[in-house]
Amino acid sequence: MTRFLVRRLLTAVLTLFAVSVLSFLMFFGLPRDPVSGMCPKNCNAERLERVREELGLRDPLVEQYANYMKGIVVGRDLGSSQGGRCDAPCLGYSYVNSEAVTDTLTRVLPVTLSIVIPAAILWLVLGVGLGMVSALRRGTVLDRLAIGFSLTGASLQLYFVGAVLLLIFTYNLRITPVPGYTPLFEDPVKWASGLVLAWFSLAFLFSAIYARLSRAQMLETLSEDFVRTARAKGLAKRKVYGRHALRAAITPVVTIAGLDVGSALGGTVITETTFGIQGLGRTAVDAVRAGDLPTIMATVLISAVFIVVANIVVDILYATIDPRVRLR
Amino acid sequence: MSLSGVEKVAPDGAGPVGEPEVTSTERKAFVGRSPGQLAWARLRRDRTAMVSGGVLVLMMVLALAAPLISKLYGVGPNEQFQELLDGNGMPLGYVGGITGDHWFGLEPRLGRDIFIRMVYGMRTSLFIAFAAALVTTTIGVVAGIVAGFLGGIVDTVISWITDVALALPFLIFALAVVPTVALRFYGPREEVPAWFQVTVLIGIFAAFGWTSTARLVRGQVISLREREFVEAARASGAGLGHMLFRQLLPNLWAPILVAFSLAVPQYITGEAALSFLGIGILEPTADFGRMIFQSIPYLQTDPAYVFFPGITIFALVLAFNLFGDALRDALDPKSSR
Repeated sequence: MTRFLVRRLLTAVLTLFAVSVLSFLMFFGLPRDPVSGMCPKNCNAERLERVREELGLRDPLVEQYANYMKGIVVGRDLGSSQGGRCDAPCLGYSYVNSEAVTDTLTRVLPVTLSIVIPAAILWLVLGVGLGMVSALRRGTVLDRLAIGFSLTGASLQLYFVGAVLLLIFTYNLRITPVPGYTPLFEDPVKWASGLVLAWFSLAFLFSAIYARLSRAQMLETLSEDFVRTARAKGLAKRKVYGRHALRAAITPVVTIAGLDVGSALGGTVITETTFGIQGLGRTAVDAVRAGDLPTIMATVLISAVFIVVANIVVDILYATIDPRVRLR
Repeated sequence: MSLSGVEKVAPDGAGPVGEPEVTSTERKAFVGRSPGQLAWARLRRDRTAMVSGGVLVLMMVLALAAPLISKLYGVGPNEQFQELLDGNGMPLGYVGGITGDHWFGLEPRLGRDIFIRMVYGMRTSLFIAFAAALVTTTIGVVAGIVAGFLGGIVDTVISWITDVALALPFLIFALAVVPTVALRFYGPREEVPAWFQVTVLIGIFAAFGWTSTARLVRGQVISLREREFVEAARASGAGLGHMLFRQLLPNLWAPILVAFSLAVPQYITGEAALSFLGIGILEPTADFGRMIFQSIPYLQTDPAYVFFPGITIFALVLAFNLFGDALRDALDPKSSR
């Protein structure tokens, strides 16, 4: 187990390294002048030069990359116009937002977390539940309804669902307020009501995949010998299905869920745009539009970290859920 | 890479290839039918498959025959009918301006015919989706087959590249790359031709989309490579190319076909997502994804404009999903249908 973890962590670090190099090359090596986006208003040649100097854009790319990495690990000194000393993990300074990138991230990260985590719980429970029910009641009306629901979800676009939900619940029925983010600890009710539409539209689209997958897995597991044995030895139906079969059937679901949650944490761009909530995804999009390189780098890196960590968590969960899997 | 159990699972839940040989010997008592014929027979019996397949064929014919339909219908895709709009730019008449001449009504503001825009838009979207699916499947199959069969360092490297590709946020990259590539080849004021936008989109889908097929194929190959027929081929001195593409590939067609048919709708919606962020196909080229996105602000004022493209893209993606599922059932001898 320890050996597995060490090896897994090493590959993870290697992956993150590759991601950072790739995005660095892509965004800093782009033909378009990165500075033009960094001082949007009243830019004269002199100011441009100064920005270029402060960002170290004259240095060779390798040196720029090394400096950036150094900032993340031990912090570094930025020019006075960039707020001076920047402690680790220093992700640079954004001229567009006029603040350190870490400050931007600490502001928008809770927003994305508040969207994704409840939505993920919702879509997992809904998806796996539907899949289980339709597998156990195979061929009944219930099964058909569940399949219909999941296929509908899988064939719709988020912004379409979002717009329809907004129209119905916010503008016509006036049940939910205009979506927005309030910190959870400030006012939990307002927090939930501002995000509930985002949760449900995400959950509707995502649970579709899980319902189909867990139905297929459950059907396959139910035909296996150990399920029959468990039934034959007189174990209650609920125990057989709920414990033995579900455990074996749920492993692939966990894989997909890990990847989905990981990539969703890196920014639910479409959801945030549809509902006008400023989270990580929206911030990344704005940064790309404005050519705000330090923020782009940071958002790409953060989302890569989420995905890589999710992958490791999935592997560990796998071994815990399915006793047949041995980590090596 | 680390857990054999994880890798064997198809990302989209596709079943294992099963053993076509066994099925055919079982049936041999009656008629000698190939696995392909069996799958076809099973598909023919499946009502959902036939209906969704029919819908798909119809839509593809419509898309391919777009210029012909435009001629028969008598309206071009970029023709504007401003005289049929009211002062606010909303179509006159009922339900978004449906008339005998304009079956699905007119677009608000520009006054273009929705039906013919949809036919042309379908052509763009289907072409992008099919091309992207073809490219990604090819890359994924080659990468997966090589990684799974050779194992060792090759496998480690390819799996690692897959991990890296998975860790990159697709939308942010697309958002950053698409405009810059266009800027690189065409100046800021030049018009970017439609074929170029299409190529860039396909390229960006290809760069990110091959990973799931690669994982799927790799898992399948790992379980196949220890089988006797591979050993037999090796013993008779088969070269690497022969092993990979003559021995292994034929056993992989079923999951590959399923993955392909489920990838197409993914790219249709993916392209729609990109145009939602403003980096899809630009005006005046008709495009399905953009049409949906542009129609949404009119949800309250001109619901018909949202309804027709929305329902059609929904039906298209749904038909693909249904057909993909049915195909999986038909190709998998273990499936109990």
